[in-house]
Amino acid sequence: MELYNEKLEAEFQSKIDSGQNIEAKDWMPEKYRKTHIRQISQHAHSEIIGMLPEGNWITRAPSLKRKITLLAKVQDEGGHGLYLYSAAETLGISRAELNEQLNSGRAKYSSIFNYPAVTWADMGAVGWLVDGAAIMNQVMLTRTSYGPYARAMVRICKEESFHQRQGYEIMLTLSKGTEVQKRMAQDALNRWWWPSLMMFGPRDEESVHTEQAMKWKIKLKSNDELRQQFVDQTVPQAELLGLTIPDPKLKWNAERGHYDFGDIDWEEFKRVVAGKGPCSYERLKTRNEAWDKGAWVREAAMAFAEKQQEKSLKEAS
Amino acid sequence: MNYQYLLLLADNPLILGHRLSELCGHGPTLETDIALTNIALDLFGQVRNYCQYAAELHGEGKTEDQVAFLRYEHEYRNVLLTEQPNHDFAWVIGRQYLFDAYHLPLLTQLSDSKDSRLAGIAMKSIKEVRYHHRFSSEWVKRLGGGTEESHQRMQAAMDQLWSYTGELFLETEDEKAMKEAGVGADYGKMRPHFDADVQQVFHEAGLVIPEGPWHRTIGKNGVHSENLGYILADLQYMQRTYPNMEW
Repeated sequence: MELYNEKLEAEFQSKIDSGQNIEAKDWMPEKYRKTHIRQISQHAHSEIIGMLPEGNWITRAPSLKRKITLLAKVQDEGGHGLYLYSAAETLGISRAELNEQLNSGRAKYSSIFNYPAVTWADMGAVGWLVDGAAIMNQVMLTRTSYGPYARAMVRICKEESFHQRQGYEIMLTLSKGTEVQKRMAQDALNRWWWPSLMMFGPRDEESVHTEQAMKWKIKLKSNDELRQQFVDQTVPQAELLGLTIPDPKLKWNAERGHYDFGDIDWEEFKRVVAGKGPCSYERLKTRNEAWDKGAWVREAAMAFAEKQQEKSLKEAS
Repeated sequence: MNYQYLLLLADNPLILGHRLSELCGHGPTLETDIALTNIALDLFGQVRNYCQYAAELHGEGKTEDQVAFLRYEHEYRNVLLTEQPNHDFAWVIGRQYLFDAYHLPLLTQLSDSKDSRLAGIAMKSIKEVRYHHRFSSEWVKRLGGGTEESHQRMQAAMDQLWSYTGELFLETEDEKAMKEAGVGADYGKMRPHFDADVQQVFHEAGLVIPEGPWHRTIGKNGVHSENLGYILADLQYMQRTYPNMEW
């Protein structure tokens, strides 16, 4: 049996190494399955919780055009959640279980959504920085080894890059606006910059999943590589906006061909990951309230579907 | 075209869309969340069409956002039905269905308006509203025929919401003038469609059509419920707090 498994595993790995996708019905090591369920569902949960900070600005958006684009963006996130949950289901976990994991607080989601969105400029900063950081990971994931996940990411990436442009455009409008608007934009950048850098996860030497993840092509670049890429890409964008990145150590390093930047507050990172972020309690509470309030609706839909089925069976007989 | 008539048409989707957008991220399932957001998006698209028209008609550099956001409470012309809160999902569905049952024949009539721009807006909107009506009427039936609890909740919501349907067909001076000019809708011709629709859907859902309806007050004349002030506090927040800025 062990020999048999070893053979399967070797075939599995060579399939990945040769660039072929693993599909739902293919043999896979249990650890690969579990890792993917964890990662895909965390990603799905992040989309669902991610609807909340931006959702709280829909009713207050400053123009009809902005209201529509924000509403559509938050809806897209719901859609991303939906097809990521479907991708996770192909690995043998149910929607109900996934929901339970999120609502009970057992599952993780991206810590960035535990920060508050307090002004309209946050709608710009979240799109520009948070979606910008997310895309770096997601573009990489379009080439990941698990087929259903990779295909979901292709679709998600298209929409995410649109969201990022929208976010940047909000920032651009603010930076060309009145003094009050410029201050609002700078304040949002100050608050979202460091949490955005934290989105790439711990430093490579402390990242527990990296090595295995690279072997399975869940990851093609390390946390630190992606973080550096993000900084390099974002600094000129901030300059174009006339905004200052809140890092006194930020400086172009000609020798490395990259920007050097200051130290991330890893204590804050750990605290927020551990569920003690500024809005961690509120996000889960809101999620649970919506779910609990909807229980009777879901039961009704189920009961109605059963009655319809019985009716059509009777008619057929 | 009468400016006030355009406001009448714009404010219903604006306020109903606002109520639906409050639910984004809070729906009973992800699928219903996405569907209700879709409806809100359609409604806001319609609002833009009406408000752009109204702004041009008004002239003096008025913008669609000034039309939509910068009026006093009594200047909003939406019917009271649209401003009713999201007490529970049965209220959301009941409010949506009753509005759709009115909105669909309204747009059918406006598609034949002598005002070609209005007819164009109506023809574009009617495709969207057919979908809204299908979604909401199916859910009325699903909740009416689902469990004992969902049936009771659906009936209880309709018992309250029904009283707001009287206003839908109450003709204001502006509506009368537009009807006579061949521009606006004729409620006399619309009403039978609404009644037949409601009878069929309530019947299939196993619900009782409540007595009445009576008129609480008339939102179309600017006399609103306590709800609208809170809605406007949100809706107008940015425009009022940071006036005269580009966003």
